[in-house]
Amino acid sequence: MSLALQTFSTVKDANAALQAAGTRYLGGGTLVVRAANEGDVSTSSLVRVTDPGLSQIAVAGGKVRLGASVTMAAIASHPELAALAPAARAVGGPAIRNMATVGGNLFAPAPYGDFAVALLALDATVVTGDGETPIETFLAGRDTTRAIVTGVGFASPKAESFRFLKVSRVKPKGVSVLSIAALLELAADGAVSSARIALGCMADRPTRAKAAEKALLGCKLTPQEIAPALAAAGEGIAPITDPIASAWYRAEVLPVHLGRLLSN
Amino acid sequence: MAKVPVQFTLNGSEKAEFIESGTTLLNALRDKIGDTSPKGGCHQGTCGACSVIIDGELRLSCLTLAETCNGADIKTTAGLAEGGVLHPLQRAFLDAFATQCGFCTPGMITAAKVLLDRTPNPSREDVVEALSGNICRCTGYEPIIQAVLTAARANSQNAA
Repeated sequence: MSLALQTFSTVKDANAALQAAGTRYLGGGTLVVRAANEGDVSTSSLVRVTDPGLSQIAVAGGKVRLGASVTMAAIASHPELAALAPAARAVGGPAIRNMATVGGNLFAPAPYGDFAVALLALDATVVTGDGETPIETFLAGRDTTRAIVTGVGFASPKAESFRFLKVSRVKPKGVSVLSIAALLELAADGAVSSARIALGCMADRPTRAKAAEKALLGCKLTPQEIAPALAAAGEGIAPITDPIASAWYRAEVLPVHLGRLLSN
Repeated sequence: MAKVPVQFTLNGSEKAEFIESGTTLLNALRDKIGDTSPKGGCHQGTCGACSVIIDGELRLSCLTLAETCNGADIKTTAGLAEGGVLHPLQRAFLDAFATQCGFCTPGMITAAKVLLDRTPNPSREDVVEALSGNICRCTGYEPIIQAVLTAARANSQNAA
């Protein structure tokens, strides 16, 4: 079994090569080379792009733009992305974080893809050659998309409004039991005026806790007032079962961890 | 399948080889170039035994394609000793009995080297974090953590 790697300087040329059967895009290698090492023979050819623009981070005017080849390590160490550092550090160990990319994380199957959970809570926009797609739409269609992701964009979150939690059994580096990202706006009296909550491992890809978001509106972040939101957190979820945890366990502990994230 | 040329610096010396496209850096280093210090453990990015330093950054050679390393500066544990004298990390690993079967050791040492290059006086937490991508099934980790802290102290005493 062997792979052939094709290197292009532009996304446009690579996109054309990617249309051939059995061809996948090579980012950091942590998904596609891993699959090949595991014996996945469905991929015979890899395509990569060396355009340095794909590795750029731009923070300006309250907007963040991350190129698809930006690594988790680059995000974790960027002074203007401190709010996102916990989510970037949640991915792998140091070597994986030097390799794993923003673009690849969008395609990582559960229990991986913790950073994409953060991007879903941030309502990011996914940029491809075909244009811009809301991340929720993108994730729903990711199995069939053939366009190369060039980057993601989102409004820079205020540190106090963005929260992220990853639960794993091994510390400091372990595979997710679950991950949760929440973007919360609070009114002057402390009541939640807007909420966007994304969950990892609660489906085969990041998913939103829409019932909990709705139940949280107008609530102060006290144990009593968030109780209805926690009760609603499991609505519509279909957690994965893997060697880390069963679907039953993940569903049972989700409200507990969501409660901790919201009330600290 | 057509072979492709790769050329990089390995532990300070120029290497050039023709490899099959899609060959991992781990296989190129071990089977073509003869540096067997990076180990193939899981080939899945989980165990860290294949860790090498590429342009100053810790990477997993089992998930890196050799062709993407053209022009890179690659360092492995095999290149750490100078003139028959072990690197302080290697000496500390020996002294602390931080190697048992030894399979994880080259990965541990490359991970620790990157840490000490950037953080000469790391805290215990820094060491645990730096080694968090490397699995050891023998030692229970404690001797390894102590070895890295000892090497850091030895380095700072030499520098003083």
